[in-house]
Amino acid sequence: MGTDTTRDTTHRMDLLRFATAGSVDDGKSTLIGRLLLDSKAIFEDQLEAVEATSQSKGYDYTDLALLTDGLRSEREQGITIDVAYRYFATPNRKFIIADTPGHVQYTRNMVTGASTADLGLVLVDARQGLTEQSRRHAVILSLLRVPHLVLAVNKMDLVDYDQKVYDEIYREFTQFATKLNVPDLEVIPISALSGDNVVNRSENMPWYSGPTLMHHLEHVHVASDRDLIDARFPVQYVIRPKSDEYHDYRGYAGQVAGGVLKPGDEVVVLPSGMTSKISKIDLFDQDIAEAFPPMSVTVHLEDDVDVSRGDMIARVRNAPTPTQDIDAMICWMTTAPLLPRQKLAIKHTTRTGRALVKYIQYRLDVNTLHRDQETKELGVNEIGRVTLRTTVPLLVDPYSKNRTTGSFILIDEATGITVGAGMING
Amino acid sequence: MTQTRTDYRLSQLDQLEAESIHIFREVAAEFEKPVLMFSGGKDSIVMLRLAEKAFFPAKIPFSILQVDTGLDFPEVMETRDRWVSRLGVNLVVASIDDAIKNGIIPDAAKISRNRLQIPTLLNAIEENGFTAAFGGGRRDEEKARAKERVYSHRDEFGQWDPKMQRPELWSLYNGRLHEGEHMRIFPISNWTELDVWDYIGRENIEIPNIYFSHQRRVFTRDGMLMSETPLNPLREGEVVEERTVRFRTCGDITLTGCVESTASTIDEIIDEVAVARKTERGATRGDDRFSEAAMEDRKKEGYF
Repeated sequence: MGTDTTRDTTHRMDLLRFATAGSVDDGKSTLIGRLLLDSKAIFEDQLEAVEATSQSKGYDYTDLALLTDGLRSEREQGITIDVAYRYFATPNRKFIIADTPGHVQYTRNMVTGASTADLGLVLVDARQGLTEQSRRHAVILSLLRVPHLVLAVNKMDLVDYDQKVYDEIYREFTQFATKLNVPDLEVIPISALSGDNVVNRSENMPWYSGPTLMHHLEHVHVASDRDLIDARFPVQYVIRPKSDEYHDYRGYAGQVAGGVLKPGDEVVVLPSGMTSKISKIDLFDQDIAEAFPPMSVTVHLEDDVDVSRGDMIARVRNAPTPTQDIDAMICWMTTAPLLPRQKLAIKHTTRTGRALVKYIQYRLDVNTLHRDQETKELGVNEIGRVTLRTTVPLLVDPYSKNRTTGSFILIDEATGITVGAGMING
Repeated sequence: MTQTRTDYRLSQLDQLEAESIHIFREVAAEFEKPVLMFSGGKDSIVMLRLAEKAFFPAKIPFSILQVDTGLDFPEVMETRDRWVSRLGVNLVVASIDDAIKNGIIPDAAKISRNRLQIPTLLNAIEENGFTAAFGGGRRDEEKARAKERVYSHRDEFGQWDPKMQRPELWSLYNGRLHEGEHMRIFPISNWTELDVWDYIGRENIEIPNIYFSHQRRVFTRDGMLMSETPLNPLREGEVVEERTVRFRTCGDITLTGCVESTASTIDEIIDEVAVARKTERGATRGDDRFSEAAMEDRKKEGYF
């Protein structure tokens, strides 16, 4: 491998974060093991360990699923209990997999994995067809606004690579998906075990003309998924060096959440409503001409206005509305149920406050999409539409417009545990 | 001003950097007394660089904590001192020898220094009242790390409970703590070994010279090439010879092995890493070899 090409490619590589959903039985771990192995992200010592374990357990083949089993308790029980992150790269792209368990009780893990994903990969067993679980996974990915969805129809080798099986699942799923927000869908027939259509095109399914899974992952276009129109800059930290050299330096540090910021832009600071102009944008020791998501930069304003952590810088004629009344879909993540009148801590961008549960509008059945309006509470792993009242105004956008300024977490004030994930409606 | 970008794309390395800087700033804003755990290895040096960039032109607003095992490579200590003086940060050293002398930990000759780092570290965190401790752990390193959060909660005993981890969504981190608890923070969770090297090359970061190819007197133990040092007496049958080697990680001199290599520049190291067939820990770290769950067990007790 030539030095120059290595350096160049790794520097220019872009990033795809994807979440996988499916149960142990769907062959998800085998598929991930296959992707890691075929992209050479697995090292000799890891593969040797897995081969030795497979042999000692008396398996006929090397169980690639063992590559992704993390914790001792999981290996003992043969299950996955938590989101695990995996990494691999091809010459043009680096991949971060959020590998989430598919059991009923672990909806919260799937929501967690999907929250940062550009693409969701749902596995179904070709022999079983669409199950309640695969529908639920698709619903969660859609609620979390994961822009790209792949349905991998696995174990095609066990149905004799029959096109009719694929066509039926394809038909059923696309019909179901019309009720969801799925802007981009690809249905790929594969065999994770034998490698058909994973990295290499299958010779067993000449009737399939679409991309292999790896080809799709490598080429799916994610750059336009960001909002580059509506400028949103949540102020995270105020940098004041208090040194002789930088005596008057006052910069607002943060990560751009939307739009493009440029020196000279007329901006408004929320919630105060004070206006000013961007005088300069720093990226470490450089002045830069533009800042866009997800850059972490430091913004300077022309006027000496009062700005602190939790404030938001936006354009004068395009700013979020400060509000204390929040209408959101909430995924509840703890055993004690969410109840009306309950008080919780809320974190939205860099702003924290307290929230009161005004009422629960409905509970969403993630299998049937039925809205249960009679519900009095939300149990663990349930999703519902809830109205909150907050102690401080939040500077929000609908989650469908911006996944950063449209999301929040709820924290139990007594235990400190994250108990809910919210996506703002509008 | 740099040129206007028209495609509005960030390379994956820039995206990783932006994410890490976001984490550093979030912790500095929300925690009363953070500290950066510094081992002297390449990952913790990359962390220093990211912290420098996150708060520039202000100084890094927290101290650096090093656990002195008494078995560190001298080259690593020299590099540490140069970084500390350049950045003007406060260095806190927690020494295992002092902890033994002061009766904080037992003087058990049979317990490895690697294990003794845990009580020494936890004592230093408690004594100084640190509420958040940055670590350079990466999820690609090891199975147990693959499941650890960026904000990883530790109870009053400094323990990690993998089954009770808080869900971590979007880039919304939950830093709530009770009295006596602390948070471990892993800003480079999503970086791979190759990303770290790429970044060291791109940023022209100074790292200890033992990462580069050099002549060293070594012997073979448990299939690893170990450095000849009075701290690590030879056992029967072990023979010292001079080889051309470099280190892939910087740990305890008695447990960290080197690999034969002629890579003497960052680019050559990157080429080597790109085609490496063994994980950096599997190849050269005696401390991870004791059992399949070695890291998981140490992490639960409060390891880095």
